Amino acid sequence: MANLKVEFLGKVFKNPIVAASGTFGFGEEYNEIYDVGLLGGISSKGLTLNSKQGNEGIRLWETPMGLMNSIGLQNPGLESFISREINIMKQYKTNLIANLGGNTLDDYLNGVLLLNDSDVDIIELNISCPNIKAGGMAFGIKADIAYATVKAVRGICGKPLMVKLSPNAESISEMAAACEEAGAEALSLINTINAMAIDIYAKKPVFNNYYAGLSGPAVKPIALRMVHQAAKAVMIPICGMGGISSARDAIEFIMAGASIVQVGTANFVKTDICLDIIRDMEEFLHSQGIRDINEIIGII
Amino acid sequence: MESNPMMKTSITKILENNRICENIFEMVAASDIKPLPGQFYMIKGLNGDYLLPRPISVHDYQDGKIRLLYRVSGHGTNQISRMKADDEVQILGPLGNGFDVESLNGKIAIIGGGIGIAPLLYLVKNIETQKPDVYLGYKDDTFCADRFRPYCKELTVVTEDGSTGQKGYVTDFVNISDYDIVITCGPDIMMEKILRECGEKNIEVYASLEKRMACGVGACLGCIVNTKDGNKRVCKDGPVFSGRDLTV
Ligand SMILES: Cc1cc2nc3c(=O)[nH]c(=O)nc-3n(C[C@H](O)[C@H](O)[C@H](O)COP(=O)(O)O)c2cc1C
Ligand code: FES
Repeated sequence: MANLKVEFLGKVFKNPIVAASGTFGFGEEYNEIYDVGLLGGISSKGLTLNSKQGNEGIRLWETPMGLMNSIGLQNPGLESFISREINIMKQYKTNLIANLGGNTLDDYLNGVLLLNDSDVDIIELNISCPNIKAGGMAFGIKADIAYATVKAVRGICGKPLMVKLSPNAESISEMAAACEEAGAEALSLINTINAMAIDIYAKKPVFNNYYAGLSGPAVKPIALRMVHQAAKAVMIPICGMGGISSARDAIEFIMAGASIVQVGTANFVKTDICLDIIRDMEEFLHSQGIRDINEIIGII
Repeated sequence: MESNPMMKTSITKILENNRICENIFEMVAASDIKPLPGQFYMIKGLNGDYLLPRPISVHDYQDGKIRLLYRVSGHGTNQISRMKADDEVQILGPLGNGFDVESLNGKIAIIGGGIGIAPLLYLVKNIETQKPDVYLGYKDDTFCADRFRPYCKELTVVTEDGSTGQKGYVTDFVNISDYDIVITCGPDIMMEKILRECGEKNIEVYASLEKRMACGVGACLGCIVNTKDGNKRVCKDGPVFSGRDLTV
């Protein structure tokens, strides 16, 4: 049996497969279908300080081998998370990653303060959110804004801090390096790619907000390239994602430099696909005579 | 790794997949879990070049076989309609809340429009208290209307072009005030009209809603409907909602 166990931010992941933020809720629904404790970890739905209703209008749109979404961070808010959802997630014997969003630096700081006293294993700071003070441009576009944000958060953060990068960043290498310098202990990428769809009969954009985030197999080659670039730019470990739908995809990300990976959209394609991926990864390693997954991290 | 006994995703061979009329198709597949009326399945062929499974409600269930009546409305359903007997299909379900048939007491009107008639057959077959009156509205082809006849007190078929049955909109042929309970599934404008009228007349009403879906299990929050009690997920909290909760 090949070893799939990986250490990441001081936590043991029984395998490198983590359910991606926003695609897995708080694990509750998927746990009705299979034991989500078999996963390496779960990244929670994106949380914000106060609860959010999310966006109006169409929220989902399928594209050729891709999915666009405009959920708008609908979530119960951190207070509810800490009193309710976290307890549900804690029952599953797996790493619990709290994905944190915000529209201002204060949102992030107050959010981190609440999470510091909670039972989460890792904080995943989602800097793809629109920054109200910077005119709605995401925190994750310009490296200097991301640097200042991560630095301030690091200063008060009592948990291992992973920063989730946006593929819409001006330069992914500079962004990765800036976040590392600001004190991020790990990076995760990619979040969804800013995209658009138009209903030609209604002569209107499909989404009320015009643009929405693209994910799924369509983005995989781009995501893989970005993970490779980020891995070359920093020393800290990387959690890779973007279109992973098979063990082969996951192994590609790991060879490109990711220590662990997240699986998002593929959960919708086949509810228990993460279990298939874990099983097939083990088979791949075995068939290749690789004893330990750690041997192939970042070999490219 | 051992397979999990809770698993609800199954891969099975299609038993039948036939065209009923223009863009309406019917698939039959084996499934050992008995669904509730109003529940649905996420369906995906293993060979299609589309990504997400499509939600299709249960039209009938008998002897371990589900019958799914669906309309081809885009790329995904088009690919599903091209599958043949013995092709492999991935089925997740039954999903959603379904109708609480035991609570349906009194005089019942069932109003369906277009492909919205699909979930109503299995519902009508399962109402045990008394046979309901069924009203079915179509554009032209009155597909599957005859299947309802044995299970209803009175069947009213309406077409927009008058080619079969009454001519007009189905809502014009129902006297809502005659009923204790109204159940509807169909185009939004039809359901909104019925919900509004039932609201005004204080008549118990249930609507089965349809939304674009991704996960089908309540995790992605892509299929939200606004209710008096905040956002609800059509796939998990629905697809059947009481008119009391909906904001029309
Ligand atoms: C429906 C949906 C909701 C998402 N919500 C969040 C979120 O709340 N926070 C976040 O950081 N990323 C969110 N994402 C992005 C995913 O976590 C992931 O970064 C992206 O989808 C790429 O991976 P994939 O192709 O495997 O889905 C969401 C993605 C989808 C499809
Ligand atoms: S389709 Fe994902 S929550 Fe309903």
